[in-house]
Amino acid sequence: MAEWTEEITHVAGTDLAIIKGGQGKPLLILHEELGHPGWMSYHQALAKERTLVIPVQPGMGKSPKVEQIRTVHELGLFYLWALRELNLGPIDVLGFSFGAWIAAEMATADSKAFRKMVLTAPPGIKPPDGDIMDIFAVTIGVQLNATIDDAEATPEFRKLYGGERTPEQFEAFEDARTETARIAWDPILHNPSLPYFLQGVRGLPIQIIWGREDAVVPVSAAEAYRQALANTDVKVTIFEHCGHRPEIEKGPEFVKLVREFLA
Amino acid sequence: MILMYFTERPYREVPEEEVIKNRGFFGVPNRFFDREAGSRLYNEYLDEMVYAEDAGFDAIMLNEHHGTPFCMGAVMNVEAAILARITKKAKIVLLGNPLPTFKNPLRIAEELAEIDCISRGRLVPGWVRGAGSESIFNQANPAYNRERFEEAHDLILAAWTRPGPFRWEGKHFNYRFVNPWVTPYQKPHPPIMIPGVLSPETVVWCAKHRYPYLGLGTALSATAELWNIYGDTAANEGYVAGSENFGYLQHVFVAETEEKAQELGKAHLFGGGQGAFSRPEHTLPPGYNSKEATRRLARTMTAGSGGFLGVSSEQLNRAKSNAEPGNLQAVADSTRRRLARGEASIEEARAAIYRSYQKAQDGLQIITGTPKTVIPKIRKILEVLRPGVFGVFQSQGPVSFEDRMTSIRLLGQEVLPAVREIGKELGIVDSFERKPGARPYTPGAQRDQLVSLEPLRAQA
Repeated sequence: MAEWTEEITHVAGTDLAIIKGGQGKPLLILHEELGHPGWMSYHQALAKERTLVIPVQPGMGKSPKVEQIRTVHELGLFYLWALRELNLGPIDVLGFSFGAWIAAEMATADSKAFRKMVLTAPPGIKPPDGDIMDIFAVTIGVQLNATIDDAEATPEFRKLYGGERTPEQFEAFEDARTETARIAWDPILHNPSLPYFLQGVRGLPIQIIWGREDAVVPVSAAEAYRQALANTDVKVTIFEHCGHRPEIEKGPEFVKLVREFLA
Repeated sequence: MILMYFTERPYREVPEEEVIKNRGFFGVPNRFFDREAGSRLYNEYLDEMVYAEDAGFDAIMLNEHHGTPFCMGAVMNVEAAILARITKKAKIVLLGNPLPTFKNPLRIAEELAEIDCISRGRLVPGWVRGAGSESIFNQANPAYNRERFEEAHDLILAAWTRPGPFRWEGKHFNYRFVNPWVTPYQKPHPPIMIPGVLSPETVVWCAKHRYPYLGLGTALSATAELWNIYGDTAANEGYVAGSENFGYLQHVFVAETEEKAQELGKAHLFGGGQGAFSRPEHTLPPGYNSKEATRRLARTMTAGSGGFLGVSSEQLNRAKSNAEPGNLQAVADSTRRRLARGEASIEEARAAIYRSYQKAQDGLQIITGTPKTVIPKIRKILEVLRPGVFGVFQSQGPVSFEDRMTSIRLLGQEVLPAVREIGKELGIVDSFERKPGARPYTPGAQRDQLVSLEPLRAQA
């Protein structure tokens, strides 16, 4: 039996591709800026006890673009609407990079939609030290390679997105990059209002995870998130010798941390 | 036929190795700009344009790029305004303002109207989407590039032709009070011309708007293919397209002797020439391409393009062998990539660039010689493409002011009169003699033959 399925659901005024797999209480996963990376070992591990619900962001993969979504905050409003229609709240959420930024925006609009939140290396706040990488001014190869601290030590890196360089995958990357650029081109991958509104998040336990060597979103932003989330419980965990993808660079430790936090 | 003079007004003092090292002009640090050289060059270029008018050119053309020594005309309208005052009769052709990069296109409408008035109706505005690097430089969202282009275009035309004041509420631009005091001298508005580098979407858009399309030195057979698309679209729109709907820009450099022309003509390839304008990642930022263009690009992606995932050593080796010796552009690109990895020297990269010189001349991408030797080559281009506007693209590289002026003088004395005769002989009509779109198309009739590949076959 396949470990996961992908179905198109009409929700929040549009068709939305949703990837599902596993068993148990639902866990919402918001993927990163290049789209759903494929069913990786962290999905496999988490799916043993949770039903993973992974909506494919509008404009990427099989989800059609929603022209009316023009900012990341509006994308967050869209997902909150979808969660309401799917009767999925309050739900645990695990966000990766851009997906984690979306989750943070969602929390500012309705923190009660969630039970617990895990944010993995989100952009969204301008880091106090260093810049968010300008992923729009580099090739996809440079962008991908920058996400990993040590590719040799990360066997799963080669399995991301199926690991094949096909015309279809090239197109899928360009679609994803186009959609990310469309809503996050300016300011460069952050929302200057986000820190202010994060102060309004209450009663939502949040686990922030970062890699010390993150070359996409500098680790200094972890502390900025902690400070902004001043009125709710926040835990920050930083992995050493780790880049922007702790979920595959530190797979077992990452899964353990997430399972314990969500328990 | 309209004969037009064009230079990108390059900053010719930048060290070539900086361009090669940075894999393109866009990205060369501006510490190489020297104000004395810059000041001298701006004034020389204005003098050149006046001289070109005196030498017999019907039109002078400017363009606009940002953040690059390739083109000092970052604010082309400033130069155009000066030329409007210091030239007498030449059309001032702007190809073009990168509309999607402007946050306030109403100001462009105002600037162009001023230029048209100062020149007493000699302005030919043209608009472009801008290379991806213009979007990057101007922080304009590439994913909205085409939408912003089209809306800015509509807004400018409305500002020029609709009685104000009126409100404009679009998707990308909003104005509570559109009422430019100065509207263009030419009524209802100046004739518009659109340049391009082979995007079929742009060609179709031009045909629908009945705007002449000007190919910027694009490969002849590919250009011919697109002009047929234009012709078919025109027929669908109910009019017959002819030479008045087209223009072509061609690298031409002329000197007193063949030897000198050959030596100086190499400057067309300075730093890698047109192909080195910017790196691919700056040329095509995410969303700049249409979905269809992205699909085409995805299909033509080869293993030699740098790789995006899980690249094995076998794939890398295959990529290297993809740069076959016959494909000089690929060899030059590959050498530049090797340079970036520290596997090739600047000298090797430079040599790879100049190896393509003869081939570029054989393929008529660069025409250089004495008046006597360049005329038959220009004739061939006119026979193939029959452009109503023929633009001469002056050298980009380190050629002295004196040698540039000599080229203009020789063109004026010997080449332009001959080209005019060829144009007459071929029955080429320009967009000022016959309004593009003025001839109705009868459904079922054969449309005009726009191009002829015969002369190219004869050459092969």
